Amino acid sequence: MTTDTTTSAAPQPAAPGEPVLEARGVTMRFGGLTAVRGVDLTVHNSEIVGLIGPNGAGKTTFFNCLTGLYVPTEGEVRYKGSVLPPKSFKVTAAGIARTFQNIRLFANMTVLENVLVGRHTRTKEGFWSAVLRGPGFHRAEAASRARAMELLDFVGLADKADHLARNLPYGEQRKLEIARALASEPGLLLLDEPTAGMNPQETRATEELVFAIRDMGIAVLVIEHDMRFIFNLCDRVAVLVQGEKLVEGDSATVQGDERVVAAYLGEPFEGAPGAEEAAEVREAEAQAEATAGAPPADPTRDAAPGKETDR
Amino acid sequence: MTTQITAPETPSAPAFGAKASGLFGIPAPVGRALAAGGGVLTVAATFLAWTWTAEFPGDLTVYGYPGGLQVLVLIGGVLTTLFALASHGVRGVRRIAPAGADAAVKLAALGTFATAWYTVLAISVELGGLVNLEPGGWIVAVTSLAALVGALALPFERPEPDPVDPDSTAWEKTAHRLAHGWQTVKAAFASGSPRPLRELPSWAEILVVVAILALGLTVFTYGIGTSYDELFIGFLLLAGFGFAALNKAGLVAHATQITGRHQNVTLCGAFVAAALFPFTQTDDQYATLGVYILIFATVALGLNIVVGLAGLLDLGYVAFLGVGAYAASLVSGSPSSPFGVHFPFWAAVLIGAVASLVFGVLIGAPTLRLRGDYLAIVTLGFGEIFRITANNLDGTSGPDLTNGSNGISSIPNLDILGFDFGAPHSVGGFTIGRFANYFFLMLVVTAVVVLVFRRSGNSRIGRAWVAIREDETAALAMGINGFRVKLIAFAVGACLAGLAGTVQAHVTYTVTPEQYLFAGAIPPNSAFLLAAVVLGGMGTIAGPLIGAALLFLIPNKLQFLGDYQLFAFGVALILLMRFRPEGLIPNRRRRLEFHDAADAPAALGRTGA
Repeated sequence: MTTDTTTSAAPQPAAPGEPVLEARGVTMRFGGLTAVRGVDLTVHNSEIVGLIGPNGAGKTTFFNCLTGLYVPTEGEVRYKGSVLPPKSFKVTAAGIARTFQNIRLFANMTVLENVLVGRHTRTKEGFWSAVLRGPGFHRAEAASRARAMELLDFVGLADKADHLARNLPYGEQRKLEIARALASEPGLLLLDEPTAGMNPQETRATEELVFAIRDMGIAVLVIEHDMRFIFNLCDRVAVLVQGEKLVEGDSATVQGDERVVAAYLGEPFEGAPGAEEAAEVREAEAQAEATAGAPPADPTRDAAPGKETDR
Repeated sequence: MTTQITAPETPSAPAFGAKASGLFGIPAPVGRALAAGGGVLTVAATFLAWTWTAEFPGDLTVYGYPGGLQVLVLIGGVLTTLFALASHGVRGVRRIAPAGADAAVKLAALGTFATAWYTVLAISVELGGLVNLEPGGWIVAVTSLAALVGALALPFERPEPDPVDPDSTAWEKTAHRLAHGWQTVKAAFASGSPRPLRELPSWAEILVVVAILALGLTVFTYGIGTSYDELFIGFLLLAGFGFAALNKAGLVAHATQITGRHQNVTLCGAFVAAALFPFTQTDDQYATLGVYILIFATVALGLNIVVGLAGLLDLGYVAFLGVGAYAASLVSGSPSSPFGVHFPFWAAVLIGAVASLVFGVLIGAPTLRLRGDYLAIVTLGFGEIFRITANNLDGTSGPDLTNGSNGISSIPNLDILGFDFGAPHSVGGFTIGRFANYFFLMLVVTAVVVLVFRRSGNSRIGRAWVAIREDETAALAMGINGFRVKLIAFAVGACLAGLAGTVQAHVTYTVTPEQYLFAGAIPPNSAFLLAAVVLGGMGTIAGPLIGAALLFLIPNKLQFLGDYQLFAFGVALILLMRFRPEGLIPNRRRRLEFHDAADAPAALGRTGA
């Protein structure tokens, strides 16, 4: 099932509630440093799960363990019941697609070509087929293009199919990366900070896009620092702190958890209602102190768009 | 003529508020008249004698018709005149400069001036003094200078100098002034973007394609047939500046557009034009150059799959050519082959290609796990290993297989279906000699390589190659089996080089290890192959072909460079990388990569490389 790489139709939606991704005790060590320690996470079918945590908590490392870029030191990751292969291209073929924290498009290829590259695992025309150009080649190529144009239409980039990816504005590059990931017909989509660097309108549009992807029957696991985005979007949120999962639950549970607030803010507040409010309180306090006009950083939105530790 | 006013729609006409003036303080109409008049007089002067003795090669002593270098100056003069008239806004002529004629006039005049003055100086130096010049020589020197002065007086928008930091040192101020001077010179030769090309009926466009190809064949044939150094230098000067002038006039952009619309016609036409080349030659002398250029170009094109598409820097590529050549020579029935078998050519081709393929996979499998510079170093090493191994398989240091440094010699000529490649044949009144025969055979191999390059480049596998080149991690995350895809590119490249090698063995009679160096004075070697790809333009078909032609012809024609050949080659490469890093024939992608979006369209008209 998961190793079937030749399906051309969209994957059959599994029964609701069936687990798509099961990570059990995932531990990743780099020498003496343990970046991820014994994390369990389950993503069910048609579910949007958020993964949050302060910078350096191991979110992206955990993502890389899920996508085969790293092989976990301990523990295992199952996708629809079978253990993930240790190579990232095999993971994609199995049905997990991802985007990157710092956009990694093929900058000098056109928008359409980027999506066509995403179709790689779902087509199988090899070198000889390309040189001999039989009828099968033309059929497959036309089908790939049609599917790619559909996806571009879905994310709203159809009119820019011939542009170079590098010439797209930032928000559209993010969208293109999602379209490229969708082209591999995944059952689970991993989004690594999809709204980093976006303005509120673009964030809102991305939210809609993620809901639409969920409605296609694709489970979504998303890392994000934008709390409003996460709590609007996710059915469940897991909090990762210092490589360990602190808490997991729906938005209200996580927002109300003192340990989460502590992890983000460094100290617990007496009766702190939630991370967001806590941030507002802190900001107000800082302004009250009015120390030489240095604006305090908003700790819940410390997105790091320039972070290059993607792999 | 001089009273005419600049056509207002000339793109290089000054915009309001911008400072526009020429490099000299001559009014623009006078400058234009001077350029046009100088051009006409230069053309006239080429019909005069320039020197009194036929000792200077090319016989420039005749009144009445031009000869040798005079023909080149004539062409330059005509170009200058035409562009000067277009700059005047003369109806009909204006069409030849869709991007504005001013910059084109400057370059054409510069080319004419350079060629004419080079000729005049060469006459004076070689024959010992200015007294050897006839009046025609003096006249052409003056008229071409006048045309140049007139052209440089044409107005252009001067760039505003950046404000100088008053605290900067004298050296910084000098550097600043120099930078501004350079900006001004660049602005003087800048031109606008060409007017959009009207859609012509397709028969007319195909006629244009045919004309372009005919022009290309003529220029190439002329260049290859230049029989003395002076003529070749003049040819290079004029061809370089002439091409730049056509480019600034916007004609090259239009030609690219038209050939892009009729890619298949252009490709077939190019092969027909190449096949016509031997018929333009009276003896086998230049067909020899033709077949060597074709071998070099074909191998460069194969390397372009590996380097240009998949982005794998292979510095030992010539080894695959060697494997193919050795494989073919061992089964060719050569007396120095230890096997002593004589296979038919198709079998030898198959063996050569398969041997190269196997060799490519054997080298690729362990090395392709490396990225970037490490891969380059390892392939460089393997290239040398091949050469040294071939040197040592001589029966004393190792098993007797390749006959050591003596190589496999006396490789017999091919005989395909009774057609003897060694003997001259008469086709329609033209004598087709030995090298011309091989030229046709090599053309078939080139066609195969072009076909493979084109079709694989624009397909699932080609996109995977480009994706790997762009970002390997992202490509892997998109489900591309990076190692497998890279190995295919490496093996295909090796196989195509082996294919060319099988023909090369028969053309050269002898296969020795010293033909397959990393760097040497004679192409093909790995360094020159890579240079041909980079110089011509990575990822294109025409680029490596033109790059290879230039890299072969220039050392071959300029024998007097002698020991300085490699030095000159290095300087030329550095200059090219500084001023045109995307190569002579840039891939549309590369052009976008190296230049701002401002001077390139944001969208590609068609998808695919």
